[in-house]
Amino acid sequence: MPTQEPIVALRGVHKSFGALKVLDGVDFEVQRGNVLVIIGRSGSGKSTALRCIDRFETIDQGEIVVCGHRVHDPRLNLRALRQDIGIVFQSYNLFPHLTLEENIILAPCSVKGVSKKQAREQARLALAQVGLEDKLHQYPEQLSGGQQQRGAIARSLAMQPKVMLFDEVTSALDPELTGEVLKVIEALAADGMTMVMVTHEMGFARSIADTVVFMHRGKVHETGPASILSAPATPELAQFVGAGF
Amino acid sequence: MKLNLDFGVVLERWPAFLDGAVMTLQLAVIATLLGAAIGAVGAVCRRSRNRLAAGISDIYVETIRNTPLLVQIFLVYFGLASMGLKFSAFTVAAVALTINVGAYTTEIMRAGFDSIPRGQIEAAEGLALSRLQIYWHVVLWPAVERVYPALTSQFVLLMLASSVTSQISAEELTAVANYIQSDTYRAFETYILVAIAYIALSLIMRTGFWALGLVLFPRRRRLGTPL
Repeated sequence: MPTQEPIVALRGVHKSFGALKVLDGVDFEVQRGNVLVIIGRSGSGKSTALRCIDRFETIDQGEIVVCGHRVHDPRLNLRALRQDIGIVFQSYNLFPHLTLEENIILAPCSVKGVSKKQAREQARLALAQVGLEDKLHQYPEQLSGGQQQRGAIARSLAMQPKVMLFDEVTSALDPELTGEVLKVIEALAADGMTMVMVTHEMGFARSIADTVVFMHRGKVHETGPASILSAPATPELAQFVGAGF
Repeated sequence: MKLNLDFGVVLERWPAFLDGAVMTLQLAVIATLLGAAIGAVGAVCRRSRNRLAAGISDIYVETIRNTPLLVQIFLVYFGLASMGLKFSAFTVAAVALTINVGAYTTEIMRAGFDSIPRGQIEAAEGLALSRLQIYWHVVLWPAVERVYPALTSQFVLLMLASSVTSQISAEELTAVANYIQSDTYRAFETYILVAIAYIALSLIMRTGFWALGLVLFPRRRRLGTPL
């Protein structure tokens, strides 16, 4: 079987904020249709690694290739990269002055030049995917946190990205709302969406991850299938997982 | 003490008052529109990483905010004249008022831009919107919505302050009043009427801004909550 080009690949990635070394030689790859989950303590570099994929942070050394885009290259076409990537943040970041529908059609209309009519149709589909088809004309402040986060996911999906990044998307939500967001992400995974997610939800990581990356002090300390969460090879992961339950 | 008011001779001049009021409103509308445009650009410059743009914008705002309007008007008036350029008093007044309100608008808009959380801009960047699209859709409109009351107050103040342009003989409401009172010797009556006319103009402007706000900010119209 020919080896497929990975959708996301980080090779020897280094990144410092001033004197603070945040990423110290990070490598990982995500194949099409796979879910990679990054776990680790606060400050271990997991969010930074994720943000480097979408070039919200530039790296000091190493290379990152996403859907053929050389992210580390200064000549990168940033907007082309970001059309291939959907990213969802902890704080939802829906645009507060726009309805959910307007939030969703903004990028397809202004970036891809999709007609309003077609974009509205896509918005309806994207909202159906996250179970919010009845909230089309609501403003973000009228929605619960979980609904806002699902709306933000729908907004990203409407751009038809090749890979989705989730940066601690449930950290601001209570357990019930967390559940409804995770259900949406699960459905996406089942549909074959390629995903990279940073999360503290260990149970969820175990059930959804094709690959788990445990980051520790800016390095990939341990990686493998979800089963490593049940049988950690390193004491650091054992301690981290142990503390999580 | 005896107060003897006679509005008759003053009221006879109502067409002149009306002309003056129209010119005041014209000055206000022109300076408001151009000043808003200057403010939208000036605020971007003030927050820009480009030191030159930020510096120029800073100097502009601070100079205008720390000098009297009358002096600014004279500077424009005599400045243009000394360059051999001849403009009508109306044009000079419009230019001076625009420069003045542009600086205040820049400062108000900057506060509005500062109120946009970084995450909003990142979300827009993540959606591959261009810088200009982000500015327009994600920064400008929510910022304007937040500072709209401050902006509209500033524009009404500007309309009132335009009375100072009577000093360079722009034939706006106050200049007309000066002329009528010296003609009729009914100064108190004249200025009472002028004050009422300014109140009416203020109400017209405030109503206009209120209506414009309904059009510009549909979220606010529907929910009635501050952004």
